[in-house]
Amino acid sequence: MALMRLSRLLTTALVLLLVAGLAQAAAIEVREFDDPVLEERYRDLTASLRCPTCQNQAINDSDAPVSGDMRDRVYRLLMDGRADIEIRNHMVERFGDYVLYNPRLEGRTYLLWGLPAVLGLLGLVLVGLLVRARRNASNRELSAEERARLDALINRERTE
Amino acid sequence: MNRRLILLLPLAGFLALAVFLYQGLSLNPFHRESALMAREFPAFDLATLKEPERRVDRDLLTTGELTLVNVWGEWCPECKREMPQLLDLAERHDIRLVGISWKDTREKALGFLEEFGDPFEVNIFDPDNELAFELGVYGAPETFLVDGDGVIRYHHTGYIAPGDVTETILPEVEQWR
Amino acid sequence: MQTLMIPEIGHYALVIAMLMAAVQGVLPLAGAATRRPLWMAYARPMAAGQLLFVAIAYACLTASYMLDDFSVTNVANNSNSMLPWYYKLSAVWGNHEGSVLLWSLLLAAWGYFASRFSRELPRDMVARVLGVLGLVGTGFLAFVLVTSNPFERLLPNVPGDGADLNPLLQDIGLIMHPPMLYMGYVGFSVVFAFAIAALLGGRLDAAWARWARPWTNLAWAFLTVGIALGSWWAYYELGWGGWWFWDPVENASLLPWLTGTALMHSLAVTEKRGAFKSWTLLLAIFTFSLSLLGTFLVRSGVLTSVHAFANDPSRGQFILMLLGITVGLSLLVFALRAPRVGHKVGFTWLSRDALLLINNILLVIMTITVLMGTVYPLLLDALGLGKISVGPPYFNALFVPLTLLLALFMGLGQVARWKQTPVSLLVSRLWLAAVGAVILGAALPLLFAERWSPAVAIGLIAALWIVLPILRDLFEKARNASSVGAGLKKLSLAYWGMQLGHLGVAVTIVGVAVVSNYSIEQNVRMAPGDSVEVAGYTFTMNELSSRQGANFLADRANISVQHGDSSRSFAMNPEKRLYLATRMPMSQVALRPGFLRDLYVAMGEDLGDGSWALRVQYKPFVRWLWLGGLLMAFGGVLAVADKRYRRLATARDPEARAAPAPGREASA
Repeated sequence: MALMRLSRLLTTALVLLLVAGLAQAAAIEVREFDDPVLEERYRDLTASLRCPTCQNQAINDSDAPVSGDMRDRVYRLLMDGRADIEIRNHMVERFGDYVLYNPRLEGRTYLLWGLPAVLGLLGLVLVGLLVRARRNASNRELSAEERARLDALINRERTE
Repeated sequence: MNRRLILLLPLAGFLALAVFLYQGLSLNPFHRESALMAREFPAFDLATLKEPERRVDRDLLTTGELTLVNVWGEWCPECKREMPQLLDLAERHDIRLVGISWKDTREKALGFLEEFGDPFEVNIFDPDNELAFELGVYGAPETFLVDGDGVIRYHHTGYIAPGDVTETILPEVEQWR
Repeated sequence: MQTLMIPEIGHYALVIAMLMAAVQGVLPLAGAATRRPLWMAYARPMAAGQLLFVAIAYACLTASYMLDDFSVTNVANNSNSMLPWYYKLSAVWGNHEGSVLLWSLLLAAWGYFASRFSRELPRDMVARVLGVLGLVGTGFLAFVLVTSNPFERLLPNVPGDGADLNPLLQDIGLIMHPPMLYMGYVGFSVVFAFAIAALLGGRLDAAWARWARPWTNLAWAFLTVGIALGSWWAYYELGWGGWWFWDPVENASLLPWLTGTALMHSLAVTEKRGAFKSWTLLLAIFTFSLSLLGTFLVRSGVLTSVHAFANDPSRGQFILMLLGITVGLSLLVFALRAPRVGHKVGFTWLSRDALLLINNILLVIMTITVLMGTVYPLLLDALGLGKISVGPPYFNALFVPLTLLLALFMGLGQVARWKQTPVSLLVSRLWLAAVGAVILGAALPLLFAERWSPAVAIGLIAALWIVLPILRDLFEKARNASSVGAGLKKLSLAYWGMQLGHLGVAVTIVGVAVVSNYSIEQNVRMAPGDSVEVAGYTFTMNELSSRQGANFLADRANISVQHGDSSRSFAMNPEKRLYLATRMPMSQVALRPGFLRDLYVAMGEDLGDGSWALRVQYKPFVRWLWLGGLLMAFGGVLAVADKRYRRLATARDPEARAAPAPGREASA
């Protein structure tokens, strides 16, 4: 039963995708900006907001209708003088955290953001321990027999 | 002994990952819960489909009665397919249905209802994606179960199959009545 | 044209191949464990047999495509009678079933060549290596036969024509990218097999490392080229000018590359110093495991990606099972049999050993970071914590600083000596590079760019920090010899390989820094006669026209471009194509490549009033990205083209070879 539901969901998703338009071509639309700062912000925002129906594309790159709607809304909010964080929150309120390509730092993402730093520290400790252990290990004593062999070799090299 | 434990770490890490990957196989990456779950239905002020002079707003959904809000469009093939289920819900199960006519012209939308049936008490006319965007709708059909106080309690993405009616919609309706 | 038997022959050949792979897997391993020469002797012939029959199967599938046999489901789904013949060839691997068949073919091929070039290896080692490869091959062939059979037929309702190859895949990039990538993924199976063989046989010495290195470097080089090709293909094919999106499928290829790089270096240390044995073994296991993991991620549907194959949970389950058995067993073998007593080679902080270790660890941290970011949405979802996305902002924020750290230690490591380096020596070799890097790195953007960018400056400093010591070293070596030519000729191929490889990294860093910060993009509306200026280039639309291609209709814009005041101009002709069979629209980008900059024009939409929306981009130094990749790959191959690998020393060679002769320092 669950499998049927799953396959039905997949089919619906597929239909939604088809209806939304095959999102292969980049979303090339002409938008007027008087202020280059706003234009830059528009670029950043549309590059970091995810299209809800596409298979991993930002709204600046997808031809899906919902992406176009979201871009329109971003433009409108920018013109209204909203800050970047407000615009992102606006989208999240309607479409969920899914549309943020930059995951927020919150309880459930501490591991995500923190792991590299933790690993870095662990790595440092590891190297430190290894170096310390090995610094002492390099001075191995030669046995008497080995010393004799070494002397013989050196002598031979000298005479050759 | 210590060293053996450390050597087993990679295996342990891999097994943990494998468990999650296995679970991932039964998840659907597309299936997402609406961002509006347990939140109030957004405010709006739009005309109705059949009576252009009549305007409706949020009060439409805070009458104390449970409502199924369905987003549809003439251009949407799945919406046609689910009409029998919607009619069934409205007529046999006596559920109040309100429609949002999304990204359509009046003529096309009315034609759709004529051809496939009209289970809706009223249709909110939303040609410019004002309300649907507030609801986070990104494809039709989508259906929202709104309780008597105007709070969204259940969200169904996509086509409502006959099985869905009995399995999820009706139980949710019962729960929130 | 329907064929009577070809797909069936292919199918049977696959079954035979799988049986041979099974024999190759089981008998030699058992023979090595119980000292039965007869059983071990099965390894080589079975490896040859496996290759032969998988090749037959592959040939049959290719034949079905070339003959337009639409009774074969795979051909009907992915080909079309109007498809040009070279795309019919590449369509074989442009779908899931065919690509797994290609995987199996390459796996069999690597195994065969491993058996050919292993005459000097001890018999039980060969048996174990080929045995492991046989088991892996059995797993894959079973996967093909059970879940992804390319020879299924559509009888009796044979379609009149096929569904056509996805237009995005009708391209030279597709022809080359997957095979290169798979050569890399699959190639790492050899060093993986060596690692398992060493663990099982209890034999791990410098000779082992010397045998394993060429296979590792070759696989790594292929993977590097494969990734570079993928990036290049996405750049010119997808129409948005991007070259890396941290998409799960892209990450899947980067993960084994990162650990493969660490493995390459770790093997060098194990060969020269006899150190890091367990680390090397673990990396060998990880790298191939990540290849398999990548296969799983791409084909199981657990992650959403534009590149992903059409997915099917049953396939996902099978691959996960393969993954689980292969990786689980290997890591278990590792935990149980990893060398307990390391030959305790000593070194200090400022030694090549320590610096290589640091960079190895950095690479592993980068790997874990990318892996974590890729599967994190899945993790949270499985735990019921909601659905989030992890995209480019996250990966860039973490990966860039890690890369800079990598560059820092690379610069140091290049000039450090094995075991220990006096600080004075390090300083004497590096102070000039440090000063030069900072000054040049900060100054160059000022001199050549319109605005100074700290990010570009940092990138340049990092790249110069890698390159300047290389130049200094070459200078020293040339100076100390009788003539420049004599000095340089004395340098081994391995030395050149190392320098080229590291140079490649620096070149890539420069490319990334510059193109990420100095690119200019403009969306414009243009009708015939209109002009627009971007980065000093004037783009003028001359006319709009239509044309018909082999299997598409296109709208074409004829644009002439002038640079600054120059009177010379050149043409750029982007197209918007409609592929007839699939009715899919596709943008064919017009590209004007150059060493220092690319110009990029893509057509968007017909705006209806005689004008079109176009995207014009100026991408400086973007080619350096892929050039760096090519240099890296070339360097990797050179590093093992050295005579000492071709001669392949025998097992009787004493371990004394592991330590370099005194007085001779850090060559590769």
